[in-house]
Amino acid sequence: MAIIEVRDLSKQFRVARPREGARGPLARVRREYTDVRAVERVSFDVEPGEMVGYIGPNGAGKSTTIKMLTGILVPSGGRLTVAGFEPSRQRKEMARHIGVVFGQRTQLWWDLPLADSFTLLKHIYRVPDERFAANLGRCIDTMEMAEFLRTPVRQLSLGQRMRGELTAALLHNPEVLYLDEPTIGLDVVAKSRIREFLTSLNRDAGTTILLTTHDMGDIERLCRRVIIIDRGGILYDGDLERLKARFATERTLVVDLEEPAPALDVPFATVERVEGPRQWLRFQRADTSAAELIAAVARAARIVDLRVDEPSIEDVVLRIYAGAAKGIAINDPSPG
Amino acid sequence: MRLYWEVFRHGYRRWATYRAATAAGVFTNTVFGFLRAYVLVAVFAASATIGGYDRSDALTYVFLGQGMIMAVYMWSWWEIALAIRSGDIVTDLSRPFDYQAYWLAQDLGRACYHAVFRGIPPFVVGAIVFDLRMPESPLTWVLFAASVVMAVCVSFGVRFLVNLAAFWLLDYRGVGAIATACGTFLSGFVVPVAFFPGWLAVIAHALPFRGMIQVPIDVFLEKESGGALFVMLAVQVGWAAALFAAGRLVLRAARRRVVVQGG
Repeated sequence: MAIIEVRDLSKQFRVARPREGARGPLARVRREYTDVRAVERVSFDVEPGEMVGYIGPNGAGKSTTIKMLTGILVPSGGRLTVAGFEPSRQRKEMARHIGVVFGQRTQLWWDLPLADSFTLLKHIYRVPDERFAANLGRCIDTMEMAEFLRTPVRQLSLGQRMRGELTAALLHNPEVLYLDEPTIGLDVVAKSRIREFLTSLNRDAGTTILLTTHDMGDIERLCRRVIIIDRGGILYDGDLERLKARFATERTLVVDLEEPAPALDVPFATVERVEGPRQWLRFQRADTSAAELIAAVARAARIVDLRVDEPSIEDVVLRIYAGAAKGIAINDPSPG
Repeated sequence: MRLYWEVFRHGYRRWATYRAATAAGVFTNTVFGFLRAYVLVAVFAASATIGGYDRSDALTYVFLGQGMIMAVYMWSWWEIALAIRSGDIVTDLSRPFDYQAYWLAQDLGRACYHAVFRGIPPFVVGAIVFDLRMPESPLTWVLFAASVVMAVCVSFGVRFLVNLAAFWLLDYRGVGAIATACGTFLSGFVVPVAFFPGWLAVIAHALPFRGMIQVPIDVFLEKESGGALFVMLAVQVGWAAALFAAGRLVLRAARRRVVVQGG
């Protein structure tokens, strides 16, 4: 049975704006209201133990969805259950089964040492002493937090604070963990530390993780499945590899020739760029293999060095957003 | 209940962290106590009693008021409004506790710290320099303490509501300025409500603010006794309860209707 079930979920906001063309002192007092559809008829299921990337451009409706899943916002339409609870009606009961990290918010108490926040959370979630000690101990060990436990939260670095936030969200062994941009603003080392921790959490504790991010590195390293949304609706829901296979069909062969040459003329490839002896050749996976293309280039010129560039997941997603803007349907017919 | 006790202690410790601020605050509250006291000394040189208060009553009134400023926290408390504006409120709203009870517990912890460390020193200094009136009955001390706790509750009820206005108003400071003005004057902080002209006294009696300052001080000064004392305290308790109920209704409406700022 799915641990998260979302059916036709919608959320509209009434947003006030000053009347167009209105002038004079009352212009700002008399306002018109517009309905903004932040999320529109979104449906998906998440199975226990899955790690799902929920991605989309700014304003796509990601955070609004998460806020409805945590019970903070009441949906305008549709149905959802999380761990058997209806979030907006059973918010308090459900809260013990979920953990949330909002990368740009803090759930720690600003002016107290990190450890004090954990103690307070222990009481908020009524975590038994032994379990608290075990959970906290594991987080301290795997994320190397011992040295800054007594530091007030306001003095922590962003990377340290983020490790604290994750610990705070996990002290009560949630079955579901929502992460809203957990690596935002972190450096490479801090990012990889967080990713490793999440992988082991998902593997060892079987925690279901729903992750929103703009960092495609997070997605590639963590998620087998992605849900892409834009303008409140789902564009793609399925396997990450299949997404790449379908949309990342173009590759680029970069060759360094012995000496500068005019753009090469080889079958199935288009020269995109020439820079001295270096040339970029774009080709479709379906038309030719990299080996065949290299052989063809070698017949035309002497190669000193070469590499094949795969499109990044970032490019793929950019193309999907662009396609959606033009109204191209890309929904995977058989979502994973 | 254990949770709210922990939150209470946390509220206390949060403020206990800032010792230099406490010392500076005590100094300021005491100095302003003296300024206000000397104005009243001049006034009472011309008249033996005003509105039922004599010189000694009025000086006691000043130093009790100065000591209660921080415990009651009459001015500029915007933690919830700021959390609404920044969007940080989402984490607290997703927790398994009663949001209002959580803040009340934290505020009582804070008030406890402020009552002891910001409240007692200015009063003691005032009592050393001036001849202040102490309660005659030991029971008065108990009733005074209870009334101060209720004053914190009334003040919290007002502040909670004013802060929640930030859900609807992008700039909550307008409402805040009105609430601050009401709190300062209608609570009887500047001068006792008994000094007010008749119409203003009627307004002050019809609003909750009197319960923040005037009521506990009148208990301390033993201005009322028997049935009248009971009614005065009952009205204070009633206002606290009404404000809590209003806060819960407004919070529920906010959850349903309003955008949480910041996407």
